[in-house]
Amino acid sequence: MRFDLDDDQRAVRDGIDSLCRSAWSPASARRHGAGDDDAAALWRELVAAGWPGIAVAQAYGGQGLGTVELTLVCETMGRALAPGMFFGNAAVAALVEGAGDDDQRQRWLPGFASGEARGALGSLQPDGTGLALDAEGAAALVLVGGGRAMLVAAGDCQLEPAAGVDLTRRLSSVTLTGGTDELRGDLGTALERVEVALSAELVGVAQRALDLALDQARSRQQFGRPIGAYQAVSHRCADMLLDVESARSAVLAAAWTADHSPQALPFAASVAKVSAAQGAWRVTTASLQVHGGIGFTWEHDCHLLLRRAVASGHLLGSPEAHLDRVAAARGLGGAAAVPTAQ
Amino acid sequence: MDLSLTPAELEFRDELREWLAANRPGPEPGDTEAAIDHRLAWQRTLFDAGYSGIAWPREHGGRGATQMEQAIFNEEMVRARAPAPANIIGLVMGGPVVITRGSDEQRARFLAPILSGEEIWCQGFSEPNAGSDLAALTTSAVQAEGGWVVNGQKVWTSFAHRARWCMLLAKTGDDQRHRNLTFFILDMKQPGVEVRPLRQATGDSEFNEIFFDNAFVPDENVVGAVGDGWNVGITTLMFERAGLSAASALAIQLKLDDLAALIRDRGLQDDRSLSRRLAALVIATETMRLNGYRGLTRIIEHGVPGPEGSIAKIQWADINQRVGELAMDVLGGAALLADPVWTRWMLRARANSIEGGTSEIQRNILAERVLNLPRMR
Ligand SMILES: Cc1cc2nc3c(=O)[nH]c(=O)nc-3n(C[C@H](O)[C@H](O)[C@H](O)COP(=O)(O)OP(=O)(O)OC[C@H]3O[C@@H](n4cnc5c(N)ncnc54)[C@H](O)[C@@H]3O)c2cc1C
Repeated sequence: MRFDLDDDQRAVRDGIDSLCRSAWSPASARRHGAGDDDAAALWRELVAAGWPGIAVAQAYGGQGLGTVELTLVCETMGRALAPGMFFGNAAVAALVEGAGDDDQRQRWLPGFASGEARGALGSLQPDGTGLALDAEGAAALVLVGGGRAMLVAAGDCQLEPAAGVDLTRRLSSVTLTGGTDELRGDLGTALERVEVALSAELVGVAQRALDLALDQARSRQQFGRPIGAYQAVSHRCADMLLDVESARSAVLAAAWTADHSPQALPFAASVAKVSAAQGAWRVTTASLQVHGGIGFTWEHDCHLLLRRAVASGHLLGSPEAHLDRVAAARGLGGAAAVPTAQ
Repeated sequence: MDLSLTPAELEFRDELREWLAANRPGPEPGDTEAAIDHRLAWQRTLFDAGYSGIAWPREHGGRGATQMEQAIFNEEMVRARAPAPANIIGLVMGGPVVITRGSDEQRARFLAPILSGEEIWCQGFSEPNAGSDLAALTTSAVQAEGGWVVNGQKVWTSFAHRARWCMLLAKTGDDQRHRNLTFFILDMKQPGVEVRPLRQATGDSEFNEIFFDNAFVPDENVVGAVGDGWNVGITTLMFERAGLSAASALAIQLKLDDLAALIRDRGLQDDRSLSRRLAALVIATETMRLNGYRGLTRIIEHGVPGPEGSIAKIQWADINQRVGELAMDVLGGAALLADPVWTRWMLRARANSIEGGTSEIQRNILAERVLNLPRMR
């Protein structure tokens, strides 16, 4: 057993990190939310460097790397507060590859893998409408809800901008105008892989919030010393570290499990999602507190992180749904097993 | 990254499982002294089979097992619901300190009886006025003919009443804190040593006070250099925190299975609030196990345990305490009655955030040494 990244995995992480640093910043995230855009440029760079297909099988034009590599990209992008195009496309590719039939794979995966025909992820509401992330310009959407996943070509739906809590991703409401194509394969496993990737983004978000809090704790002086010398602040930071590292361990383990021990994935994915969603919420809110008044301003990044933590934490299976599933495996929490993807 | 066991590790595990199936430890008695006797007998069984101190080097009586094999061993012991060996302090701290910092003569004298459990060790660090702030201790050792004369008092010393040897930190000079301490191996069976049991909040007496009145330690029982006791002592504390967390997590997971059964037995399986609290603990415990294995990889690759052990220590204490609280809420009105398992767990867990360095001290370590935040002092 060796629970650490190997050299190739480090290279993946470092590669996407330097791309994000040069092509994206929190200021870009703000402009993206406001409608003005660097996101298209970032996406073009990702496509040029071949990132969209990192976890898609080689048969469909991807690189065929594993879920661990995918989560490293997602974590780095979360840390950069990059928009949801990469995640949404990777998620939709994983769903089609894992739960689609041969025709669906042949038709869509090459475009997702090259990034030429991007996919976007959304949720299916009980009234039959959808909510999708960064879906403008996508070639196809997959809407997930009620234990089903519907593949929708861009021409078969209409997008309307919606006001989202997360300012770093654009939210659209989706109205279906044409046919949909259901993914009828093993949706559960495919969704769990997507939840692990989403959890990885949340780890990145939490790590960024901790980084900011540490800068503030070292540099901000009150009562003649750095606030990080006060235990009310430093112990809060220690607890943030505990949350970040626990969630990171859980996500890495779940990603490895997805590729090497799939029968254990349901539990591992629940551990990852609960740790990452609840951890990111605790860490982003604690970071805002450590910043004081400046952390509550529109101009500061604290609220961007916190908003992302709430939105991603409630995308797909909520922490409560995962807790119920873990309890159900022990015969607790009522008779009905609770579907995690709502 | 590879979370699977190698064929050699799997073989080691299967061999161990087979042995455990043939050598069942049996249930631990409730009475503290009887439990220590039970654990002594179990250690002897392990020793006879070559399973005591397996990660110690071969020349010192171990099997030269890898850190990973040690972790597998710890997990399998927990899975078989075997008790901890009686001489846990000797095995986890005393032996490793003698191996890494002791002299050849000390290794020849002390190691074998630690492994067999013939000689139990205790750790005499804490004092009435020196707990978290160990460097403030005042027990003194003054040089005399052929050795050192010790006067002072230790407190909270676990197993001192059964111990033959005490890892003693004492003051041997007046200069600066941290430079004036020396690490001794003190013989508990001598007239100048008096042990008085202390009764704990659980009602049991695991720990004691020790009074030293002109007790004697010969020169050959100084470990490391005179004045270097702080560094030697720190080594023992790092061993204390390293490598145990994955097995501790498994122990909690088994306890949570018992707690889930209690919830079902009491007909509370549809109570969503209880079931979510249980699930949250299952998940927290799993992250503790995973953090433990990530830490273990770091230890294997970088040699020594790092300050990250503090993460596991905080998690372990916090989870144990929450398990106790949840058990009380599951028992409901029946929580008024002393339950031999759950009441004891609920009470004993309160010590977990104090013993082995309080949770606040662990957070100080994380803040100062991992996060590099400024110090208060
Ligand atoms: C069951 C049990 C077994 C034990 N076994 C042994 C043993 O075998 N050998 C041995 O030597 N000792 C043993 N101990 C002692 C243990 O190591 C000490 O109790 C512990 O280090 C705390 O010291 P203290 O009790 O003096 O508390 P104090 O140090 O007085 O602490 C009191 C409170 O103040 C807080 N505090 C202190 N300093 C700081 C700081 N700098 N920042 C923030 N908060 C602070 C603490 O966290 C705690 O909440 C045992 C204790 C228990 C409970």
